[in-house]
Amino acid sequence: MRENLHRFFRAARGAGVRLSPAESIDAMRAVSKVGFTDRTILRDTFLLTLAKTQDEKKALGDCFDLFFDQPEPQSPPEDGKAEEQDQSGSNSASDSPGDSSGGDEQADGLGQLAQMLLAQDRNQISAAIANAASAASLSDIRYFTQRGIFSGRILDQMGLERLRDDLDNLTATNPAMAERLTNALDGLRGTVRETVSQALMLYGREEAENLRNDILRNAPLSRIEPRQVEQMRHLIRQIARRLRERYSKPRKRQRRGHLDVRRTIRRNAAWGGVPFLTAWKRRHRDKPKIIAICDVSGSVARVSDFFLLLIHSLHEVVDDVRSFAFSGHLIEVSDILESKSPEEAMAEIMSKAGFGSSDYGNSFSDFEHGWMSAITPQTTVIVLGDARSNNLDPRADILRRIAERSKRVVWLNPEGRMAWGWGDSEMPRYSTFCTVVRQCATAKQLERAVSDIVASYQ
Amino acid sequence: MADIRPSASIEAVESGLAAQGYIASRQIATAVYLAQQIEKPILVEGPAGVGKTELAKAIAAWRGMKMIRLQCYEGLDEAKALYEWKYAKQLLYTQILKDKLGEVLGGAPTLEAALNQLHDFGDVFFSKEFVEPRPLLQALEQPAGCVLLIDEIDKSDAEFESLLLEILSDFQVTIPELGTVVAVAAPTVILTSNSERDLGDALKRRCLHLHIGFPEQRLEERIVESRVPGISQTLRKQMVGFIHEVRTLDLKKLPSVSETIDWARVLVLLQAPELGHEVVKDTLNVLLKYEADIEATMPQVSTFIAKASRQNVFG
Repeated sequence: MRENLHRFFRAARGAGVRLSPAESIDAMRAVSKVGFTDRTILRDTFLLTLAKTQDEKKALGDCFDLFFDQPEPQSPPEDGKAEEQDQSGSNSASDSPGDSSGGDEQADGLGQLAQMLLAQDRNQISAAIANAASAASLSDIRYFTQRGIFSGRILDQMGLERLRDDLDNLTATNPAMAERLTNALDGLRGTVRETVSQALMLYGREEAENLRNDILRNAPLSRIEPRQVEQMRHLIRQIARRLRERYSKPRKRQRRGHLDVRRTIRRNAAWGGVPFLTAWKRRHRDKPKIIAICDVSGSVARVSDFFLLLIHSLHEVVDDVRSFAFSGHLIEVSDILESKSPEEAMAEIMSKAGFGSSDYGNSFSDFEHGWMSAITPQTTVIVLGDARSNNLDPRADILRRIAERSKRVVWLNPEGRMAWGWGDSEMPRYSTFCTVVRQCATAKQLERAVSDIVASYQ
Repeated sequence: MADIRPSASIEAVESGLAAQGYIASRQIATAVYLAQQIEKPILVEGPAGVGKTELAKAIAAWRGMKMIRLQCYEGLDEAKALYEWKYAKQLLYTQILKDKLGEVLGGAPTLEAALNQLHDFGDVFFSKEFVEPRPLLQALEQPAGCVLLIDEIDKSDAEFESLLLEILSDFQVTIPELGTVVAVAAPTVILTSNSERDLGDALKRRCLHLHIGFPEQRLEERIVESRVPGISQTLRKQMVGFIHEVRTLDLKKLPSVSETIDWARVLVLLQAPELGHEVVKDTLNVLLKYEADIEATMPQVSTFIAKASRQNVFG
């Protein structure tokens, strides 16, 4: 039974529930107190000891139901009828009892699997499948492509080889029984396939998800298919959550070893300057101050969705963010992003500023007139856009002034370096005034870029 | 393993709590049973007013143990939660013993010898006498065990969580000057949280995690029955049905069990024979705590009442 528990823990990990060894030990102890007799109590016990959030409880509950719901061995329904017919046929052909005993003798000559199948002993068959599955280490299954291999392995373990020989022999000697056996074998294959599929669902889910996410992270944002958009959003939210966990720690760090003389003297004034209490120098970290300017024009429409999503999550990580969106004109969108859910906010921003043809020069001058004073020497300015200004005046001089006022300017461009400077791209002209210029076409690049920006304030 | 009859003991927990007026669901009873068996704290999460704190009180009353409550808030530190030195007492004693001290040290010829003599007296001033035990230390010192309720742990700072870890896993605390204090009898620890912030994994790992949500209709009816005995059966069914309808709305604060009980009391007080349109409109402010919520619910009142009474007839 312990083996089964271990398998269940692995399945639970596959379902995305984080289990530490300590938690599994707790669960084992708890199970030893409640026993296996009552399934609902067992389920509650696992939910109490293993799952630590509401989501995990749901995932674990589903996993439990799946795990303890073993597939029933299938038997072809017409099989019973065929048997009856077979028996009545043999009875009518020869009424002597010796004939049927002869049939039994024949069955004795068969392999174990064949006997089991002919006897239609469900319990025995499912036990045999379970044994063969653990011998073939079915719980190692990770990808759906492995289904065939594992089915084959399990059948081999059960003695398919021998069954084939038996089948060949029987076709020659007893065709009726051979047919019954073939039917039963088909049923067995079906059951094994089902067992393997279930195991895949139990053990392979996490791996499959990781694989898919990994592919998605490296896929260009502009070429994501509509059906993947939802997954991509999910992925970006995950990225945002990771950023938040990593960077939302307190900003003051005590530095040991450097005495802060001034504060020490002041603190000990009550004791006549005898330093009972010491004060140590602290390293102050700058609070991140970010201004994000996002292009939402037609040429980057497919990517700007994700840009906005990421800026939205930036608003959650960093206190002091102001964001702006533009295509022909520039507007401030901080309030929208702060007060609304990502989907609503994006729809509103797109309806207010989106889908025009981009005019970088005009938008920069809007920024200079309206919000230049928001830039301080601690500010990082992030520009997200392809720098395609439709051959209008790029006004790179404004970007220069922005760069002079700010800590740094980071330009994230969804196009590849090869395309910069081609056609109406003004990237070479802008890039002279940027501290960092990065290509930012996939979720992975996006994460790295934003992570670097936030990390520079730590 | 066949001799274990967990369902019987879990039912015993259920009836024990019920005797104290706390109607527990099967899951809650299982958690209480397990917490006792494997000596683990329970972390109870759930919306406000579903009876998280009440659970601890019921357990204490049922087992006849003392309940020690530690209410968490921002800025709670170990001096208020764990122990504190009685500075004033220490100071007073040193003043009083000043002369004695002179006598003791009088024979010492050099400063070094005096110091050595002082060492021999050890840490008289850092002994148990001078420790003021706060809730956590008190809980460990109860000879008969107790129920320790750490209420609204999510309100405290993240550092305070780390302070709790030693108590939660080993039922002991370490006081630097005194050494480690181990619990005389392991207390039953209940932590409650409204999920205002995510608790650390280390804390969660040490606890059984119990989520109490809004109860099912049947269960809530039983809760009302046990808490407000004077209410008639039809009214009880109608009002619980009505509340379940209200919970389907998108409100700022959904009415929870405590509001249900309050409302039942109000309805009994007003001697309402059944759930009428007027009565509901007049007493909706008992159920909902925001003006916007009341406004959102008001137009739906009639449909909800109709639904609730229909349910009553068929269900």
